[in-house]
Amino acid sequence: MNAINNSILTMILLLPLVGAVLVAILPDRGKLANWIALGTSLVTFGLTLHLPAHFIPNQSGFQFEVNWQWIERPAIFYHVGVDGLSLWLVVLVGLLAPVGVVASWKAIKERRKVFYALFLVQQTAMFGVFLSLDLILYYCFWELSLVPMAILIAMYGRKNGPKAALKFFLFTFIPSAPLLVAILWLYAQTGSFNFATLQTQIAHGNFGTWPLFWVAMAFLVAFAVKVPVFPLHGWLADTYCEAPVALAMVVAGKLGLYSLLRFHIGLFPVQARDVAPVMVGLAVVGILYGACLALVQRDFWRLMAFAALSHLSLITLGIYGLTLMGCEGAVYQILNNGVVEGALFLLLGVLYDSFSTSEISAYGGLARKLPRTATFFVIASLAMIGLPMLGNFVGEFLILLGTFTGVSKGWAIAATLGVILGAAYMLWLIQRLFFGTESELATSMAPEDLRAGQMAVVWPLAALMLVMGVAPGLWLPTIEKSAHLPQSAERWKGPAVAPPPAPLQSAMPVSADEERQR
Amino acid sequence: MNHVPDILRILPELILTLTGVAVMLLEASWPAGRSRRPLGWVAASGTMLALWASLGQLALPMGTGFYDTVETSAFTIFFHTLICGLVLVVLLLSLDTLPENSHHQGEYYALIVFGAVGMCLLTGAVELLLVFIALEISSISTYILTGYRKETARGPEAAIKYFLLGSFATAFLLYGIALIFGATGTTQIYEIARLAPTAPNHSLILAGMGLMLVGILFKVSAAPFHVWTPDVYEGAPLPVVALLSTAPKAAAFAVLLRVVYEMLPTLRPVWSPLLWVVAVLSMTVGNLAALRQQNVKRMLAYSSIAHAGYLLAAFAGLGNSGIAAASFYIAAYAAMNVGIFAVIAVASGYDEKLPLIADFRGLIYRSPLLGSLLIFFLASLVGIPFTGGFLGKLASFSVAMEGGAVWLVIIGLLNSGLAAAYYLRLALAAAQRPMDENAAAPAPLVGVAVGAALLFAVVATLVLGIVPGNVLHATEANAQTLQAPPAQSSAPSNTVVPR
Repeated sequence: MNAINNSILTMILLLPLVGAVLVAILPDRGKLANWIALGTSLVTFGLTLHLPAHFIPNQSGFQFEVNWQWIERPAIFYHVGVDGLSLWLVVLVGLLAPVGVVASWKAIKERRKVFYALFLVQQTAMFGVFLSLDLILYYCFWELSLVPMAILIAMYGRKNGPKAALKFFLFTFIPSAPLLVAILWLYAQTGSFNFATLQTQIAHGNFGTWPLFWVAMAFLVAFAVKVPVFPLHGWLADTYCEAPVALAMVVAGKLGLYSLLRFHIGLFPVQARDVAPVMVGLAVVGILYGACLALVQRDFWRLMAFAALSHLSLITLGIYGLTLMGCEGAVYQILNNGVVEGALFLLLGVLYDSFSTSEISAYGGLARKLPRTATFFVIASLAMIGLPMLGNFVGEFLILLGTFTGVSKGWAIAATLGVILGAAYMLWLIQRLFFGTESELATSMAPEDLRAGQMAVVWPLAALMLVMGVAPGLWLPTIEKSAHLPQSAERWKGPAVAPPPAPLQSAMPVSADEERQR
Repeated sequence: MNHVPDILRILPELILTLTGVAVMLLEASWPAGRSRRPLGWVAASGTMLALWASLGQLALPMGTGFYDTVETSAFTIFFHTLICGLVLVVLLLSLDTLPENSHHQGEYYALIVFGAVGMCLLTGAVELLLVFIALEISSISTYILTGYRKETARGPEAAIKYFLLGSFATAFLLYGIALIFGATGTTQIYEIARLAPTAPNHSLILAGMGLMLVGILFKVSAAPFHVWTPDVYEGAPLPVVALLSTAPKAAAFAVLLRVVYEMLPTLRPVWSPLLWVVAVLSMTVGNLAALRQQNVKRMLAYSSIAHAGYLLAAFAGLGNSGIAAASFYIAAYAAMNVGIFAVIAVASGYDEKLPLIADFRGLIYRSPLLGSLLIFFLASLVGIPFTGGFLGKLASFSVAMEGGAVWLVIIGLLNSGLAAAYYLRLALAAAQRPMDENAAAPAPLVGVAVGAALLFAVVATLVLGIVPGNVLHATEANAQTLQAPPAQSSAPSNTVVPR
């Protein structure tokens, strides 16, 4: 068992790569590539399940850790590990991989080899982001994740793929240049890229205030673009419109949000506290702005993009509220969001494959022809709206409660308004797509409802939404125990001067201080 | 036991010379009208032998030969291996891309090999006159190769331009050498290093160094001495561009490292800011100009100027840390650049059917192999992790950061973010669906020789990006060789300079 524990993360990282190489070298015959990709992603998902099964919840710090020297000078380590923060995100990536393969099963008709090889490389890159504890290793995976995405958007774009791909790539690549400068600066000061070492050194206050401010800012901007946070979301809508469904469901959100939690708040608690009021404001603007724009979209991919902006902003609000409840809810909400978006994108992909249009007005009255699609779409939408008993409710409730009690009542009320708008655009979308009079398009074609393979994916996702809604206790304790989140409410009211192992403490007294300032 | 026959010190050069002569003689006696390809294989085998001989030199004790003019050390072996490897790839590439009936093919192979002699000698020379002679050997071969496509107007034009500007730059170098000789009374690099700090006429040395730097920076096409690059690349045949943009640059960078770190380390306060400015200029000018190019060869020419800039950033490093980083960068740059020109040469053919970026549209649909390779090498040029390009940049910029050149790193990395835009244009064009699936030309075939060349470049780029341990050790050894105090490093030599 010990041998498995020591190598499990490496196996998770390598297996998709092995699959990608297999896809690349085997001949392009029929659906061979699909099957290899499906097999690989299922086995990888199985491997990721090993993590929660053997994770020791009461132990703080990283588990399943591996730390080998990769390059001597500069000292870069292959250092991977999981804690409560990344544990379930890794499982989520594993879960969404087979969903993605099923979603592309019929949609991708040509150059399957290239598609599935790159899709699997993308999996490795995402696992790498969540697992890396060495800043350069992390940066490597972070950048690597852009490449398959950009190529696949260009190759399979619906209207103007290359333009969207260029936009996506430049939007995320250029801010990562200052990120690398910041990482190199930290290395030049400390001689280490190790997350824990840097965390300790920064907590000891070994650096000047201004350099550290800019370094933290570089981290923040690079991640905020990827989330995306409000004024930096320019790439999102085009990417959602053009990206193949399997990639659209993973492109936004979790990588950036996780990085904010781990590397921005985790490394620079003091600087994070300084910018928190701004981030909270931007998040609330994002929630409302995204929801309002989602209301007026005529194209369902774009509607999903602005809905995503709204939901991701809510998570950002939870993170930068810097309250225990908010952070916990935010992590939980990343998981919920992943599951719900996976299901919604799969279903919208089914519609798009049958009708080849994403104009909402072309649809209508499909519920009779596509009863299964309609049913699951309604379930997933209700989950997304935050209906009690379904996963999102728990996450959103925690975030809003955290904001209400810990940050400010005004912001919480504004954010809640966004949640209400969310119900409006999603329900309206359902009505326009599935109910009302049958549109010309719907009558003229005989669309295919969900097939067995798709049902096999959607059922578990729907079940998962329900389980996450009624039994959040399965997830929340691990998340809460995570070393990099405040462990109890009392502790963050403690003195700001803290011993190094708990640098977050200084970030936490936000609630009291900030409120007084307002 | 210290006695090493001088001949062993120049064994790779010797093998290459003999190969070149053999190819020329064979060409003359080869029946007219018969395919010249076997000559290419002769040249390739000779280069392989030279590569093996360079690695064999690892067994020799470090030292000099031929009256302290040629050195064998970890440094020279590193660059010999690199240059021989590059020449080998270019020869393999030429074997499959030069048309069967093109005349003078024998001379083409011979010239490439002679060029390699010059470049190898350039990296081993520790005597400025030999540096000059080696530079001329390599330059003259490349001048002729540039004009190889006589049937086009661009070829001879590029050759003349390259020749005129190149001679001018070499004249600068020679003048610089003369001034330094005037100040120190010697042209031996170790001797200059010993005498320069105490030389009475300090300004003469400064002027000499400045002129020498101009000559060398011209050869590495760093701004503001870069103007020849795009025109020459555009006119030269693609396999020759693959050579031009890598091997002579590697050799010139070796000379630069030797001149600044070994010959004039005490002038660091002067050359360090100079190179800082050249680095910033090169990357900015290169990238800004590349953004506007529609022609693939011109775009890559400007990109190579920008890469010279990233490389020069390493010279801002503390102490001698720049040597290792720069050497690593040269290797990584050479691997990916020779690779991308190889892909373009195969896709576009000898008569260059695909001159523009837009012409590459749909390459991945027409030929998944070539399309994927093109994107792979572009990714490396962008600096995507797990490729040589990323670790090269990381090495270069991390030593610059340790040297305190924060602004240089910021400018450099912003530049590399900007550079992604034009590399991506080509990559995305290749990934895009072709305009008209039926009208698309059939995919070019990848022959055995070219296949080997591409494999070599891909493996090198990946090895440098994923398991760079051995190469990094070699570059560290480079740093140590140049670090060794000159008086000591000439000690193991078995010959005494007659003076």
